[in-house]
Amino acid sequence: MSTAENRDTPEQAEFRAYCRQWLKHNHPGEPPVSLPQSELELSDPHALEWLQAWQRSAYEAGLIGSDFATEHGGGGRTDCQRIANQEMQAAKTPFFPNLIGLRMSAPPILLHGKEEVKRELLPKLLSGEEIWCQGFSEPGAGSDLANQQTFAERKGDEWIINGHKVWTTMAHFASWMILLCRTSKDDKYKGLSYFVVPMKSEGVSVRPLIKMTGETGFNEVFFENVVLDDRYRLGEVGDGWQVAMTTLAHERGAGPIVIPQAGGMDTEEKLDVYNTEPLIALAKKSYRNGEPAADDPGVRDRLVQLIIREQAIKENDRRQRVPELNDHPARLALQHKLLGSEFAQDLAQLSYDIEGIGSSLYTNDPNALDGGQWPLAYMNSFGMTIAAGTNEIQRNILGERVLGLPKTK
Amino acid sequence: MTQSKNFGFGEDEMMLRDAARKFFADNCPPDQLHRLVANNPDIHRPIENKWQPELWQAICELGWHLVCIPEDCGGIGMPLVAAVALAEEVGKAAFPSPLLSTFNSTFVLNACGTNTAKQTLESIANGRAATLAITNQKGSWEPLDTDVRIDNGKLTGSAWFVQDASKADLLVVSAASNDGVGLYVVNTSATGVNIIADGIIDLTRDQAHIEFNHVDAVEVSAPGKGGEAISQAMPAILAVTSADMVGAGEWLLQTTTEYATTRVQFERPIGFFQAVKHPLVNVMIEIDQAKSLTYAAASAYHEEPERADILARMAKSRASDMAAFSANRAVQLHGGIGFTWECFVHLYFKRQMHNRSLFGDGEYQREQLANSLIAPL
Ligand SMILES: Cc1cc2nc3c(=O)[nH]c(=O)nc-3n(C[C@H](O)[C@H](O)[C@H](O)COP(=O)(O)OP(=O)(O)OC[C@H]3O[C@@H](n4cnc5c(N)ncnc54)[C@H](O)[C@@H]3O)c2cc1C
Repeated sequence: MSTAENRDTPEQAEFRAYCRQWLKHNHPGEPPVSLPQSELELSDPHALEWLQAWQRSAYEAGLIGSDFATEHGGGGRTDCQRIANQEMQAAKTPFFPNLIGLRMSAPPILLHGKEEVKRELLPKLLSGEEIWCQGFSEPGAGSDLANQQTFAERKGDEWIINGHKVWTTMAHFASWMILLCRTSKDDKYKGLSYFVVPMKSEGVSVRPLIKMTGETGFNEVFFENVVLDDRYRLGEVGDGWQVAMTTLAHERGAGPIVIPQAGGMDTEEKLDVYNTEPLIALAKKSYRNGEPAADDPGVRDRLVQLIIREQAIKENDRRQRVPELNDHPARLALQHKLLGSEFAQDLAQLSYDIEGIGSSLYTNDPNALDGGQWPLAYMNSFGMTIAAGTNEIQRNILGERVLGLPKTK
Repeated sequence: MTQSKNFGFGEDEMMLRDAARKFFADNCPPDQLHRLVANNPDIHRPIENKWQPELWQAICELGWHLVCIPEDCGGIGMPLVAAVALAEEVGKAAFPSPLLSTFNSTFVLNACGTNTAKQTLESIANGRAATLAITNQKGSWEPLDTDVRIDNGKLTGSAWFVQDASKADLLVVSAASNDGVGLYVVNTSATGVNIIADGIIDLTRDQAHIEFNHVDAVEVSAPGKGGEAISQAMPAILAVTSADMVGAGEWLLQTTTEYATTRVQFERPIGFFQAVKHPLVNVMIEIDQAKSLTYAAASAYHEEPERADILARMAKSRASDMAAFSANRAVQLHGGIGFTWECFVHLYFKRQMHNRSLFGDGEYQREQLANSLIAPL
């Protein structure tokens, strides 16, 4: 919508004009390499390099970390990241490769890290020079995240870490990991602590996992007697669960810090599969059961249902910012991840009905419509409904925290 | 025009909402409402119009019927969100009154822009309730479809599915002539007007079909421009109807949630079980989407009129589906008690199902939207 700017403060208005101008001249354009649909599937080092160059240039221009303090490598502005995000998305830019750094790692570092660690880590995190990964999940700790078995044992000013993480997105490229692990076996929750760990440490090994799509992007990570300096602890020993909540809130779009966010770029071979526009275009060029898909009443109805949900998500965001129009302060924020992921999933799934038997063609077939991106997007959408707390867990949280229903745990 | 951050909900609108919330809590709590409208469960009960005209008087004294009437017609000329805020509270209380029908008539009269329309608005401002008689026997929502004709200034024919007809003083009637379709105002008590109350399921309002036999009528639209006025008013009508469903949905959600935290089975409150917890969350999600879209439609009505029709149909589609879903889950999750006449849930169930179809259900709205958002069929 073109009208968000009418609500700007003077600082925001000036910054918006600057962002728009900058993006006009510095949009990186068509990539020389093939990009995956999202950060979660990034595996080609050339793609990474190109995306890192984009992140660095956006950082140097002040579009990333706009609201962070200058001593932390930020722009020192007030509520301007939101503006940069709107402009980057309107300009249909590529996404940032250091998503896990920006979204999951920077907030806990900022809110729970020691000052020297903030100064050391945040600038290279924001610029994308150092890529981050998240070591939360383990084979036995998925939805039940507190069931951590990876153990850090204190030795003076150091910790010795042993354990096994799984589903670790970006670990194959990462310089740093945010690590949740156990430091005491006495209490399930109070026995947890939170660290940042250099991935190049001796004893860390990374093994890639292959997704149902055939892509890679996440990994297993093993810790064998990894030695870590205590200054890389975030929060107190035993407060790991609270610090992890800072990560999870931001991961689910419900945290207080506005996360830098770019995206929306269509390239010749990659569509933006997260909005209805390209799906409408697909319907207009597809045949289903021999008839034009866009004329099929069932397809039309479901397509419009998705357009309505897309609009509702935007209007929820607008309403969320007006406290008087929210009976419970977290009611809309905690729906964010759930609504976005289910919308993306249902959108991609509708492509099967639109394409009819044409939906059988995959990315390796020259006749696949839109390069087979839709069935790929459908499969990848399960990454979103499972990761960051499954949507079943999101429904538990909403039921318990917002409606006040009895806890499942 | 610019899009406002708060959908146009200023301090006045918030105060109005809070006042309405209190008014209904004081004057129309569910037990009292149930005693008033649900005193006869007989499936062959006589058709009756049960409401409290003195509460309508009180509302007129508070000036709520004036919110969307322009100042030069004796109103207070607030933005549409004011009416939406009130409608949400009306829905939450399942309140029987001609307030929303009067709003809808006001929107249509505002769109007419004639002197006679202004005079009608003035008499509404003076406390006369109005309703729209613009639907034919087939239940068409097309503005040009009517079973009433006007010849030599006299209305003949019938209008159907007229809301709150037995509570209204004035009818805004669409009628066809050789000039096209125009809008006309008549008194419900005028000679030749025969109001035949429908036996409806919804206990919280009344509905009728109305026969016109050579009824003298005042034209309020420009000649042949009735359809345009209805179309122009439709986003406001849809927003207000959606707001009623949002309010009723919230009542169903809160009531069922409360039940789920107190009713114990298997040694636990039933809300512990995810087959109870998750549907309640899904109801909440649907309410929130309908609510955000309703507010967006209401604010667009003034701020982006070219988008108002689309947003309002989106809101009505989402709200209609939510209405059915919230009603369905509320009965189911109350178990046996939810299936009884004694439980208050059925009042809201019935109101939701009524509103769901009114001015077009979700599928109908999406058919209209598909023509503009995908391609015309
Ligand atoms: C693409 C992708 C990327 C990921 N990236 C990372 C990463 O970078 N770092 C990281 O730490 N983790 C990552 N994850 C892991 C993710 O957080 C976990 O997969 C997720 O929390 C679920 O855990 P699980 O896989 O063990 O499933 P389980 O917890 O075993 O769940 C299996 C099923 O049971 C349901 N279930 C479990 N408990 C309940 C309950 N109480 N109520 C109702 N239903 C329940 C779940 O909803 C699910 O449907 C990623 C996952 C994916 C798919």
